Amino acid sequence: MPVVPLKTTALHATHVRMGAKMVDFGGWEMPLQYSGILEEHAAVRNAVGLFDVSHMGEIEIHGPEAGALTDYVTTNAVARLKPRRAQYSALLYRHGGFVDDILVHKYRVRPDGYFLCVNASNQEKDFEHIASVHGFQATVELVSDRYTQLAIQGPRAKDALQWVTALPVHLLPYYGFLDDKVADIPARIARTGYTGEDGFEIYFAPEHSDRVWNAILDAGQQYGIKPCGLGARNTLRLEAGMALYGHEIHASITPFEAGLGWIVKLDKGEFIGRAALLRQREQGITRKLIGFEMTGRGIGRDDYEVLIDGAPSGWVTSGGPSPTLKKNIGMCYLPVDRAKAGQSIQIVIRGQPVDAVTIAMPFYRRVK
Amino acid sequence: MYPEDLHYTKQHEWVRVSGDVATVGITDYAQKELGDVVYVDLPRVETKVEQGKVMGSVESVKAVSDIYSPVSGQVIEINGTLATAPEKLNESAQGDGWMVKIRLSVPAEVQGLLSAADYEKYIAEESGH
Repeated sequence: MPVVPLKTTALHATHVRMGAKMVDFGGWEMPLQYSGILEEHAAVRNAVGLFDVSHMGEIEIHGPEAGALTDYVTTNAVARLKPRRAQYSALLYRHGGFVDDILVHKYRVRPDGYFLCVNASNQEKDFEHIASVHGFQATVELVSDRYTQLAIQGPRAKDALQWVTALPVHLLPYYGFLDDKVADIPARIARTGYTGEDGFEIYFAPEHSDRVWNAILDAGQQYGIKPCGLGARNTLRLEAGMALYGHEIHASITPFEAGLGWIVKLDKGEFIGRAALLRQREQGITRKLIGFEMTGRGIGRDDYEVLIDGAPSGWVTSGGPSPTLKKNIGMCYLPVDRAKAGQSIQIVIRGQPVDAVTIAMPFYRRVK
Repeated sequence: MYPEDLHYTKQHEWVRVSGDVATVGITDYAQKELGDVVYVDLPRVETKVEQGKVMGSVESVKAVSDIYSPVSGQVIEINGTLATAPEKLNESAQGDGWMVKIRLSVPAEVQGLLSAADYEKYIAEESGH
């Protein structure tokens, strides 16, 4: 089998030099952890953490009909998006399954411009999916090479970031963004994240990666900032009940099944997947995503089978220890009539059924 | 890092023999690879274990890994601390984080285990350095 070299971000050498443990993450060699997942997780919950998430992809759609095209390929209502605001959304196939879950940023008006942040391993597929739609006066560009993306997350994220930008970051609304500078480098600063904490995701040219990375780490030192890897990113998003492509969502799952009906605006007009979703809304879904916590001793992990009264009934999409709650939690798909909080289930852990109970998500909600 | 008076396996266990009793644990390399340990499952005292067979497991935040018995015999003591303080495995895998003591039934098996030098060579190859 030919060996495909792993892709790396502009900060790869820095991660290695700083002692990060690197792993293959969907074809990218990325930091799994620096000091340890638990320590990094705690830093984000209690202080601030810095993540290199440059493996994420970026797609720009611009031109006179960019808004119409973006609305046609996504589930959320792009026409209702104000300039310099972002929205969580999805790209669907005609059959209603996920191509990807994405963030849509409206960065320009007249002519309209949209900036999509998409999952790393889906970026080429997403680009093809959008670019294959004809009949709109709009240009679609895969521009991932133009951006380093860093996530600064945690209750002290705004304090740390404020030292390296003139933008009054506390005034930026949740899911708002502005183009300004970070460490004197032009950057898009968005109040978004994937951890369940307050925080920011910033986008800027890769050649300045070390400068910006180091400036934020220096500024954050007084608040206890820690460089974080994808291990903590996963435990943080799991506690926050956020979906991960390839786990909770994929081509055979629809937004209604994944509990993401709120990003589907069926009344906005035609979009790819709408007919299938309308049909599913009429017929009703048969399975649904629900949270669980282990009551027996063990950790229900990704892909483990779920039993109800001894019968195979579903599967775990993501599961693991919750460092904040000190419980073992996870998400699973169950028949819709069983996907309610309080249902006794069993997770088959290495051949042994272990007791668990379904609970509402998110598992963790920050105190605002 | 890897004391010469211990014996090692390719599954990253270590063995310290004293008389006919072997103290067993996982190596420092193994705990680093696992990351933060959250659960340690050990066999009960009096369990008969066999060389190369699964005798327990270690779960970290990321994954679960089997622990193979490096020797055959009977478990005579387990490290109860690991049930309540699994992080001991990260802090001191080759010391306070020992797992079980086994009364050897085939003492000659120990001679087939890796020396410290061989083990260090093995992990250097495995980690690609």
